[in-house]
Order: sequence, then C-alpha cells, then structure tokens
Amino acid sequence: MTDVLTPVLSANWADERPWKITNYEHRGGYSALRKALVQAPSQVMDVVKESGLRGRGGAGFPTGMKWSFVPQANPNPKYLVVNADESEPGTCKDMPLMLASPHTLVEGVIISSYAIGCKYAFIYCRGEVLHVIRRLQQAVREAYSSGYLGRNILGSGFDLDVVVHAGAGAYICGEETALLDSLEGRRGQPRLRPPFPAVAGLYACPTVINNVESIASVPAIIEHGARWFSSMGTEKSKGMTIYSLSGHVQRPGQFEAPLGITLRQLLELSGGMREGHQLKFWTPGGSSTPILTADHLDVPLDYEGMAAAGTMLGTKALQCFDETTSVVRTTLRWVEFYKHESCGKCTPCREGNWWLVQLLTAFEQGKAVPGDIEKLLDICDDIGGRSFCALADGAVACVTSAVRHFRSEFEAGMKTPAWELFPYQASALFGARQEVHA
Amino acid sequence: MSGHEFQSFFPESGSIDHTDTSTAITETTLTELRQIAARYPHKRSALLPMLHLVQSVDGRVSPAGIQACAEVLEITAAQVSGVATFYTMYRRRPAGKHHVGVCTTALCAVMGGDYLLETVSQKLGIEPGEVTPDGTISLERLECNAACDFAPVMMVNWEFMDNMTPDKADQLLDDLASGRVVKSTRGATLTSWREAERVLAGFPDGRADEGPGAGEASLLGLRVAAERGWKAPEAPHTEAISDGKEATQ
Repeated sequence: MTDVLTPVLSANWADERPWKITNYEHRGGYSALRKALVQAPSQVMDVVKESGLRGRGGAGFPTGMKWSFVPQANPNPKYLVVNADESEPGTCKDMPLMLASPHTLVEGVIISSYAIGCKYAFIYCRGEVLHVIRRLQQAVREAYSSGYLGRNILGSGFDLDVVVHAGAGAYICGEETALLDSLEGRRGQPRLRPPFPAVAGLYACPTVINNVESIASVPAIIEHGARWFSSMGTEKSKGMTIYSLSGHVQRPGQFEAPLGITLRQLLELSGGMREGHQLKFWTPGGSSTPILTADHLDVPLDYEGMAAAGTMLGTKALQCFDETTSVVRTTLRWVEFYKHESCGKCTPCREGNWWLVQLLTAFEQGKAVPGDIEKLLDICDDIGGRSFCALADGAVACVTSAVRHFRSEFEAGMKTPAWELFPYQASALFGARQEVHA
Repeated sequence: MSGHEFQSFFPESGSIDHTDTSTAITETTLTELRQIAARYPHKRSALLPMLHLVQSVDGRVSPAGIQACAEVLEITAAQVSGVATFYTMYRRRPAGKHHVGVCTTALCAVMGGDYLLETVSQKLGIEPGEVTPDGTISLERLECNAACDFAPVMMVNWEFMDNMTPDKADQLLDDLASGRVVKSTRGATLTSWREAERVLAGFPDGRADEGPGAGEASLLGLRVAAERGWKAPEAPHTEAISDGKEATQ
C-alpha cells in the first residue's frame, strides 16, 4: 500500500530557493538526464510507455504512446511543445510547479526531447504569470550554462535548444492545435484533425505536445523506473499526480497523491468545508468537466472513476462550493468565460455560447420563462460535438450537468433572482462594502 | 428572449487605433525585434513576443509597432494586426503605469471577486477597461489566472496578489498611487506594466530570484504529508532500464 500523499513533483517546493539549479542538483536533479542519455532514445520511450503515465492536461492520453506516433523516418525536424497555457477555470497546478521548481520541467523537456528525437523544444506559457516566466527563463539559461542544453549535451552528442514563449491571453491556446497556430505567430484557432500533430504539427513537422505535469513526471520515472511509478495509482490510472483543492474549504491547496484518492479523503486533509457549511457541488477537473455533488465524495479521482460518474478527471482542479452558492450564478460565470474565450472559428460555439449567456442571465435574474430549460439544453445540444475543438464540449458540460443535478434551481429562476435565493454575500469570504448584484 | 442582438461579438474588437500615431520605437527597438525573431526556426513564430516588446515601448500596440513587426517578419501589417487584435493582453489604447486585474471567473467571483472589483472600481472612479485620468492605473476584469487556491485573486502587472480582501485592495491601490514599494505575494517587487511586457518579450529584468518558491497553499499537501510521515514509495535499487517484462501488479 502506498501512502495517502506521495510528494514527488512537489517534494522540493519548500526547500530554500528550490528554483536554483544548484539546489535542484543538490537533491539529485539532472541525474535522470544522465541516466537517460546513456540509453537509446527508444529505451527511454519504452520506460515512459511501461510506466503507464497518462496526459495530465485533461484528456489522459498515454504519454509514451503519443510519443511513439512520431514517425522517426520522417526527414523533417521533430518538435516538442510543452503546453504551459494553464487557463482552465479552477486549474492551478502547473503554475506553482514552474514557479517553485522550473528545473523539474526543464529536465523533463530534455529527456523527452531525447526520446522523440527533437532538437528544438518550446515551453508555451500563458503570458499573465510574469514571475513564472521569469523563473522559467532563468532555469533555461542556467541549464545552458551547466551544459544540459545546447550542443553535445553532457558529451552525448545530443543537441537541444529550448525557447520559453509567452502567450498573450487566450484560453483557446491551451487546445493543442490552436497552441501550434499561436506558436507560429497566428491567431490561436484550432486546426481540423487529421492530420494529427504527431505527423504534421508545428511548421507541419512531427510534433509532440504535452502538459507541464506530464513532462515534469518524466525525470522521476526515468530515475526510479516504470515499476516504481506504476506501483502508485489504480489499475489503469498509474502514478502520482497533483490535485488542486479550492473554494469553500478550510484550507485550499495542492496535494500530490496517487491517482484514485477520493474527494472525501482530500477534504479530510484540508480540514473539510468551511466552518458550519456543507459541500454542495464540485468540479473534478476544471469547469469543462461536468459537476458532481456530495453523492460522489467516494468516487476514485482517476480517469475511470470519473468517467463512470459521467464526468472527466480533467486537470484535477477540485473546485468545491458550499450550500450558500447559486448553481445558476456559477454556471453563468463559467459560460461567460467560454463566450469570451471562443475563438470564433466555429459557428455553434461562437454564437451558441452567446445565446447561453443571455438565457442564463435570465435565469439568474429570475426572468426565465417556461420552456427556457428545454431551450437551454437544446442549445447545448447544438454546440457540443459540433465544433472543431473541445472548448465547445467543455462549455456545455457545466450547463447540462448543472441542470441534471440542480434542475429545481433553474425552475426557481423563472420566478426569483438567484441573489434572493442565495444571497451572494453568504458565499463570499468577506462582506461587501455595498451590496452589488453582478 | 427577444432574439439575437447584433452587437459586435468582441466588445474590444475593431482595428488598431490609427488616430494615435505617437511612437517611441527606435533603432534599438528594431534591433531587439530582430533578436526575438532570431530565436525561432521560423521567424514568424516571434510575433507574440515581438508585440509584447512593442507594448513595453509604446504602452500599447501602436500603428508604428505593427509596421515594425511586419517589416522584420516580412509579412503584411494586416497580418500583424489580425494577430494583435485576437489576444486579450494586447491593448489598443495605453495601459496605466500599473495594470490592475481582478478575477471574476466563477470561483473567485463567488468567493468575493465581484465585491473586490466593485471596491476597486469605485475607489479608482473607473470601469474595467479604463485608465485613471493621471495614467497611474488601468483596470481589467480578469479571467481565471491559475491561482484558485489563493482566491480571491488580483493581479498587478501580471504578478500575483493572493488572498485579497477589500481592505488589502484599498491599501494596494493607495500604495501604487503614491509610488510606495509594493511586493507581489508570490513574486517580485512590482515594477510597471511596461517593464513586465519587456520580460514577456524575453528580456529578463534580473528579478527571478525575488519572492518565495511557493505560497502556503501550494505547500499544504507537502506539510500534511510531513506531519503524517507520508512519502512516495522507496525507489528500487535496481537500474530502471526497461526489460519489457516488468509486471506492475
């Protein structure tokens, strides 16, 4: 049996200046790189495959398998792009990782690049996190100075350049093909697949795109082995991962645990919901994953457990809301986000989210009319699955799940404003200076 | 539902402000734009950081900045402005010396972000999207900034201001207005929005070592694990080279 919490990626976060290369090396950092460079790239890829590591950005696709789709016979350059665009509402795991220990990611980038035959890698980080970008830039500079990047790395003959690239404020760029367009200096709009990025990605060359946490997990896997990694977690969801607890809990924060821990366990570790309140609804992995309720406290937080509960593990962003919170108001805010962030390429998403916001606003104001719930679901049906990328699916997931679990609140929205049913003051951590209705 | 109202989908849309042709772009700026372009295998990839540099020089995406990017990248000005107008961080009109954001996406909004925005807006006497008349502070309604365990969150010049309250926001705005030294809760000493944009363009300001490694919320799991003696499994002593036969059960 493994322990309830298993800090690996976060193990050095409380160290003195954990972001400095000397402190990272002092803890054994970059020894996995040395180990990798004396193996064949295919052996490194095999270890990652055997570990069972699945993408930590939301979709859960097996990382090693993704790497193996890169056609090694293709004469074009191969690229690795790290998706550090973390913008999914509720998601806040990659930023603390890169702020505290950017070298964990950089070492992962070097090992992963070696495995797939990449000589030029990019870390695409959202732009609105200045200090994270400073730390990444410095980590890359330090890695060059120490001979971990550049020409003939550690005498292995392997060359690699890494560029830290700041985005400019567009949630859609977390979608991997939109990210590629953005990285090519264009508007960030998703591409039609196929071809998949592994075959024709950045500059139409074979490209692997992985989430920060996925790549950051690679050094530990190489260092300790596939069997060590897969000794944590559940049958099909292997390894440790970072869970982010936020909202009306006593102590919000990051918890690194084997996949399959439950929200009940995590709540126990964070002191439960705030004093005198109960859990009402929560997201397992950001706002794009259908919401769950207190009935789901014991469902394992792994890919299969969440799928069986009709939702997705997503980014493991556990946003917990207590009984003071209006589901209608919260859903409206999420959909306002998707409306703003729709890239405008696909009509159902661009127009549909616009309509959803208008309808949900009517529900919030108590001005919805009979038939509006059906209309809401009907519009959702016209958006989900009818667009190029998953933004549209995520946008409607919060709406349909909110109606499924809390239909009576939407019915009440035909008579009473949400702020009368659930005074907003009661949900906030502090009082308003002057009562406002958003 | 009265039907679709035919407003522009992107309220901030429209082209670059061509009525304001002022610029501070010099030969040095052009040299730096070319340096950014040289970082990439295909130079057009440099456009986003180049626009960050333009903002650091001109306080916005200026017509001259558009032209400079187009010339360096050998693409048209229309292609550049097509990109510049897609991304939220690029401004058509000058930001304040300090750019203040308040997160009002669902979780922050529910936990008090709406009240914070109201407080800040009233105190500054401006709405989101506007700049104070003296040019000190611009205000933006933010979307989720990946710091939900520190909600409600504000950002100043894209530095974290965690666990905000109306009182803390009051103090913050007073300090910014009077030019006092302000430190981010998980970052460096606040400089200015323009200096931040320069870092985003890839020109470091030497402040990476300021501030903590992590905030308390980020360390919570680590602390609980230490208290209870929990840790990751011991690594096996054998070499971790795959033999393809390692059973996992």
